[in-house]
Amino acid sequence: MSKVTYRQADGSASTIEVPVGWSLMEAAMQNSIEGIPAECGGGCACATCHVYVEEDDMSKLPDLSDMEGDMLECVAAERLPGSRLSCQIRMTDEMGDLTVTIPSEQF
Amino acid sequence: MKDDVFVVVGAGQAGIQVCNSLRNSGFAGQLILVGDEPILPYQRPPLSKSFLLGEIDEQRLFFRPQTHFEKQSIEPLLRTKVIAIDRLAKTVSLEGGRTLNYTKLALTTGTRVRRLDCEGADNAQVHYIRSLDDSIALKNKLAEVERVAIIGGGFVGLEVAAVTRKLGKDVTVYEAEERLMGRVVSAMLSEFYFDLHRKNGVSLHMGDRIDRVKVCDNTLEIYANKQHSLDCDIIVAGIGAIANDEIALEAGLNCDRGIIVDNRCLTSDPDVVAAGDCTVHYNQFAGKPVRLESVQNAVDQAKVAASTMLGGEAVYDQVPWFWSDQYDAKLQIAGINAGYDKYLTAGRPEDNKFSIFYFKDDSLIGADSINDPSSHMAVRKIMTTKIASMVQIQENLDDLRSFAQQ
Repeated sequence: MSKVTYRQADGSASTIEVPVGWSLMEAAMQNSIEGIPAECGGGCACATCHVYVEEDDMSKLPDLSDMEGDMLECVAAERLPGSRLSCQIRMTDEMGDLTVTIPSEQF
Repeated sequence: MKDDVFVVVGAGQAGIQVCNSLRNSGFAGQLILVGDEPILPYQRPPLSKSFLLGEIDEQRLFFRPQTHFEKQSIEPLLRTKVIAIDRLAKTVSLEGGRTLNYTKLALTTGTRVRRLDCEGADNAQVHYIRSLDDSIALKNKLAEVERVAIIGGGFVGLEVAAVTRKLGKDVTVYEAEERLMGRVVSAMLSEFYFDLHRKNGVSLHMGDRIDRVKVCDNTLEIYANKQHSLDCDIIVAGIGAIANDEIALEAGLNCDRGIIVDNRCLTSDPDVVAAGDCTVHYNQFAGKPVRLESVQNAVDQAKVAASTMLGGEAVYDQVPWFWSDQYDAKLQIAGINAGYDKYLTAGRPEDNKFSIFYFKDDSLIGADSINDPSSHMAVRKIMTTKIASMVQIQENLDDLRSFAQQ
């Protein structure tokens, strides 16, 4: 199983195993990782599950859909090249380990 | 504050949010979350969408794992019904005789489904969706049947229609009014959804009132407007919800088809707050008292309710928003468009990506967006920060995001 490290804005971090098929948002919720409210529960409707993916990991991820790209325009924290919605990143067999940073604000 | 006992009645989206916000704000007293279901709080929106379709399993519905409740010292009292509130003694009575003392009480009791009340409707083959158990029962049943009749062309009914079509069933929708989702969306959007469902093979009966369900062996005969209209295997009814305000009403709290709260989520008792689907509040965006059934309202009111319990100053003033997933159309609604007198569209329904902006007295009061999240998010921001006229929106249609940030 692949491991994902979630870094908080204050520098603290936790690493968890994410089952194939789960989104990074769901894995964070099920492991009590704070900072990802994900109000719509993964519907790509609220832009409150924003994370910054490490540059080295970006090529491992599925492409941005139009919906996700549009929602990312509206995130509360600054949009950076590594910005993704964690509800839209589903773990696959091939993905391997990832590191993401949670922004300090989601609203 | 350490000796305080805060009791939260109702373990849904609003209930868990009250608890989490209280702990995040440093509340150090005892915190009890009472819920009548046998399981920890879970998300309801997927019950009529991805969960029903089988795309996600049960485990992924839970807001937080068991360990979260232990770590945060939130005591879930599951399978537990509150039967009465004694506001003088500051206690709640639980079914089975136990009593809990409280210093502050939060009511997040949600709603229950409105049931079909026509002849023959009290039948095991008439399904509803409110709880996880309801959705599991329907999902299991769908595996064995072909002909599904859906009564009610609102959000839940139409989401179930989309799911059951994806599962390859014969689907018929009955809506008593003349258009779909008529309570919430404009006529233009109702028409878009009518076409969308028809294109996807759903039979739609508009303006048909069901007056009888007759069971003949394994078949249900549906009678609409006194005539035999359809034979089906199961019925799914999505005809609205009723606020669970009875314990509040019996305790003498002001209610009007929901527990009345102010913009601090306070009820008519200074030690009792309420949040979510069970409440009625004056909404500045609607310009009248409303009872909103939405994740947004549950979460935002819950945060305010928690602040109020702790003596904070937060007020509830967020722009309402809603969403619905049907086939490849994601609907996002911002604001409340009731009473609009003008509208403006951007994009075309034929392209499956468009927005309709609604105005009242020449100011923007909301927008419905289909697969157009940037317009939706921009409208939420605009309505939060300014009053925008129709001309201003029209002039800035190409870049609403920048206009929102001005």
